Amino acid sequence: MIKTIATTALPVEERLLIKKNVISNGGSQRFCIVTGTHGDELEGQYVCFQLNKILQENIGKLNGTVEIYPALNPLGIDSITRGIPNFDLDMNRMFPGSLDGTMAENIVHSILNDLKGADIVIDIHSSNIFLREIPQVRININTAQRLVPYAKFLNLDFIWIHDAATVLEATLAHSLNSLDTPTLVVEMGVGMRINHKYGNRLVTGILNLMHHLGMWSEQPDPSLISKPITSEGDSVCFLNAEASGIFLTENKNNEVVEPGEEIGCIVSSLTGEVLQHVIAPVKGLMFTLRAYPVVYQGSLLARIHKL
Amino acid sequence: MKQEILFSMQSPFRDTFQIKGYRFGQGEKCLAIVGAMRGDEIQQLYICSQIVKQLCLLEKRGQLKLEKEILVIPSANPFSMNIGKRFWAMDNTDINRMFPGYDQGETTQRIAAGIFKAVQGYEYGIQMASSYMNGEYIPHVRITQTGYEDVKTGGYFGLPYICLRKPLPFDTTLLNYNWQIWETKAYSIYAGENQEIDNALCRRIISSIFRFMKRTGIIKNELPSTPDYNSIIFNEEELITIKSPIAGIFYNFKKSGDEIRKGELLAQILHPCDGSTNAEIVAPEDGVIFFNHNKSLALQNTPLFRICASAQYF
Repeated sequence: MIKTIATTALPVEERLLIKKNVISNGGSQRFCIVTGTHGDELEGQYVCFQLNKILQENIGKLNGTVEIYPALNPLGIDSITRGIPNFDLDMNRMFPGSLDGTMAENIVHSILNDLKGADIVIDIHSSNIFLREIPQVRININTAQRLVPYAKFLNLDFIWIHDAATVLEATLAHSLNSLDTPTLVVEMGVGMRINHKYGNRLVTGILNLMHHLGMWSEQPDPSLISKPITSEGDSVCFLNAEASGIFLTENKNNEVVEPGEEIGCIVSSLTGEVLQHVIAPVKGLMFTLRAYPVVYQGSLLARIHKL
Repeated sequence: MKQEILFSMQSPFRDTFQIKGYRFGQGEKCLAIVGAMRGDEIQQLYICSQIVKQLCLLEKRGQLKLEKEILVIPSANPFSMNIGKRFWAMDNTDINRMFPGYDQGETTQRIAAGIFKAVQGYEYGIQMASSYMNGEYIPHVRITQTGYEDVKTGGYFGLPYICLRKPLPFDTTLLNYNWQIWETKAYSIYAGENQEIDNALCRRIISSIFRFMKRTGIIKNELPSTPDYNSIIFNEEELITIKSPIAGIFYNFKKSGDEIRKGELLAQILHPCDGSTNAEIVAPEDGVIFFNHNKSLALQNTPLFRICASAQYF
């Protein structure tokens, strides 16, 4: 059943509508899939489509309610805008929102209220247009004990337990976790593109997690479920550009790199010079790799989990 | 005056990105003024440029007796301003959400680190700021409440209002917040809107900054007088926000600084196609308009006005 969870009139002959599809069959548990907070991240669209299809075609296997929110920021998705058009702020830095604030603050407040109380929420992101990510779950260290066991069911490659940062307190995931609604953030792929393989893996992972929660009768083949590497503490190495230019690489992410190995180079297309050889400083799993070639000094090129 | 390059960075294809500082006097670090950090802060840039001009004039006449040092950074983000973007053109990040910065981090973190290195350690810091809410503000000083704020000295500007703001989590990456944490008495100045230069308003702000400099003993000179107020100090949450009950064309009769009476018509929301009046916006209390929305379209729940109610102060 399609429900509108938040709505507001736009100035000229249009309403902003945030919708969810509620698929229900017995059971009292509620499992929510949300995506589309950033209008340039599309991996979640494929996951929502496939889950909708599988659940509706196999409704007898469902025990509980699955709610699919494919577009928390419909204006952004429709206009290839990362944030909310007409607002300067990132939607995922506005939670918990407020009833007294701007239209955007009202909307995020309604979203949060609608999700609150779910047994689990999966918030699907796909990096941005600059970086390509392997399928991973990101968890704040303060919620790791509760969330890591769930994350291991999701059939992804990597779990990154990161430090608490004050600025991240304004995210949907932090707000929901603070309200005792367990919320996992999935990052995979790259902005403006859909990787079917990653999407299919997450769909299987979501069904696997649902099975372990007693919400899906069929267990996905355990031998097909990936065993993720978990990274915590100071084990992630960031590689930032030291020169401005064009970043060229033949590497793929999800590879183990050796210390001293060249990951790519930054070149000048005007002079033909190589401005920087980008070298892996440690041995590790490269779980992030730059996808957008134009770089400034400081642009993130890669992240490596030290092995 | 000494002009210095405080931060520079090569660009892939554009000219070198540079942040320039204008340093007056020498010795103890006394006052740093930061202007446009976003590409649409043109009024903020103009005000800083006029401060540099006045200080240069006084210096040339031998009238600037400085025993301490002033640093003015009129433009901290020329790249965005030159191409009409508010935020960093490459990734749309906001330099003013990157403080205290990180010199090994992302591009805007490096820029923020470069700025912060230059402006750290001053006794006073003034930022010509702007808000994410589109609109016009009554001239005021805004102070983030970090526990280190010095509100009394904020009164030296002689602006009509001092607005105290309790920081939200995302405010902890602002320059103003970090300045205070690193023991600079920090003040953000808001006035009017960003993209248009309002000469009379700018004169008031420039003169209030010179008044601040005189009253804190930084300089002996004062510019020709503009109104000098005993600032009303209030917490931001005391402002009454009037939101648009409906979306449509915002037909406004009032602007920031106007005194209003309870029940007075402030604006109308018109139907975008047939022109009929869909809502009338009336004043809920006597007071002064502190902020007004200044776009011709309003979304439902857009804050149209923020009112400083007089009952609390008179």
